[in-house]
Amino acid sequence: MTTVQTATGLEQTMVLNMGPQHPSTHGVLRVLLELDGEIIVKADVDIGYLHTGIEKTAEALTYSQAITITDRMDYLAPLSNNLAYCMAVEKLLGLEVPKRAQYIRVLLTELTRIGSHLVWLGTHAIDLGAMSVFLYCFREREELLKIFELVSGQRMMTSYFRIGGLALEPPVGWTDHVRKIVQNFPSRFDEYEELLTRNRIWLGRTQGVGVLSAEDAIALGVSGPSLRGSGVDYDVRKYFPYSSYEEFDFQVPVRTEGDCYARYLCRVAEMRESLKIVSQALEKIPPEGPIKADAPGIVPPQREKMKTEMEALIYHFKIFTEGFAPPPGEVYQRIESPRGELGCFLVSDGSPKPYRMKIRAPSFVNLQALQKMVEGRLVADAIACIGTLDIILGEIDR
Amino acid sequence: MTEIPDLEQNPIIAKIRGWRPVAVAGLISFRGELTVVVYPEHLRPLAEFMISDRDLAFTYLSDVTGVDRFPIEPRFELNYHLLSLSRRETICLRVRLPGENPVIESVVPVWPTANWHEREIFDLFGVRFEGHPDLRRLLLPNDWEGYPLRKDYPVEGPR
Repeated sequence: MTTVQTATGLEQTMVLNMGPQHPSTHGVLRVLLELDGEIIVKADVDIGYLHTGIEKTAEALTYSQAITITDRMDYLAPLSNNLAYCMAVEKLLGLEVPKRAQYIRVLLTELTRIGSHLVWLGTHAIDLGAMSVFLYCFREREELLKIFELVSGQRMMTSYFRIGGLALEPPVGWTDHVRKIVQNFPSRFDEYEELLTRNRIWLGRTQGVGVLSAEDAIALGVSGPSLRGSGVDYDVRKYFPYSSYEEFDFQVPVRTEGDCYARYLCRVAEMRESLKIVSQALEKIPPEGPIKADAPGIVPPQREKMKTEMEALIYHFKIFTEGFAPPPGEVYQRIESPRGELGCFLVSDGSPKPYRMKIRAPSFVNLQALQKMVEGRLVADAIACIGTLDIILGEIDR
Repeated sequence: MTEIPDLEQNPIIAKIRGWRPVAVAGLISFRGELTVVVYPEHLRPLAEFMISDRDLAFTYLSDVTGVDRFPIEPRFELNYHLLSLSRRETICLRVRLPGENPVIESVVPVWPTANWHEREIFDLFGVRFEGHPDLRRLLLPNDWEGYPLRKDYPVEGPR
């Protein structure tokens, strides 16, 4: 308990414990709110409730095994995590991925972005009292999860991207399902916007709330739509194109207001842009071609070859028993995840296991901005601010 | 790791060399990524130079990572991944710290985002940051013993 200068004189403040089991903290986030009446004086964020030592675990796994634990960090965008990790290992190895695999990767990560933004929109809306949006968003997300299941066999923990390419050839006719999404989703986005964009309650709860200036956002390392809502156009896909993003034509939505409403508009516009990328990728993906790099000893051989060629059998055995050893060195690979700059820092010491794997989780960094956003605001605004940052505790605590 | 001595043509390196020649301990170029190894006592002044110099303008700190090279001395490595938004360029600054009493000056006053990164490294590696406004454990409970990401931390209990 401390004393602060209030409008009426010196008063004592009260500490309110929000979380870790609070539905609007999106997981297990604990915020110690120091209150003066209903005004927040200080917000002390306490994390670590979901810490499972993923980075330490990775040091005991081979490079290919470690893909599976990257899924579990940002569980709403597992394919983005797979991509960051696989691309870091590929950079370490100096491995070139076939174009067809690159386009499929782009298509699936953009679908992931839409799916993740849908969950964000649904939960953010339900936090602020709009129940129906939540139900619509999850209805649409289901269609996306069905595609992930169709392609990889899993709805969430996909591990579909592998070092050097993809795990499996996508099933015949999978693009028809994606085409259906490209057709149907724009009208669904219109539906959400009809419910929210000019809704007076929504505007009241988000406009002018949680304002973050561009200078503060950069200083605090905020990235993704949370940064673009403050007028900075930093998007890794445009700044440092990877996986053939430079061949796609899309806009990066930027707003200058820096409040929760601006970030809402950015994300909704981003979903539409993602659909544009998906439909371009559909045109680009050749119907046939390799989905894995030609790198014996790193990429597992084809099943058929293993039955006829001794070499392939030996490679298969070696990859799954002892793994492969990239040259010693360090790489940092950044990609644009739905939440912002997702970085994977890998240190290799020339052994088949990563010497150190560090994930630069966008939510981890973005959450630091919460203190700045809620200072001097009402408790109810803290809910809006937590929601608008789109945090995933799984990747914050790792 | 290839330490190439003739990276001098690079304008960023030339800038840093020109600012304080004794600060640079080595240059590494690997897979197109440039790393400047800096002596720990020069890191904080260099950080201020990197952000304020108009030709560098590394305003965005992406990440700070700790690496434990046990049993090699100096044991700890800190990697500061910098990004210049105006010039779309990246660089990594690396410092090496001894295993005995690893301390370095905090860069939080330069890049406020370093706050949690440094707390995390303090929490998991036991590196202390002088001048950090709030150096507490971040992910682990306050009464946790040891630093789990160190290489000599036991990964299993007694059997």
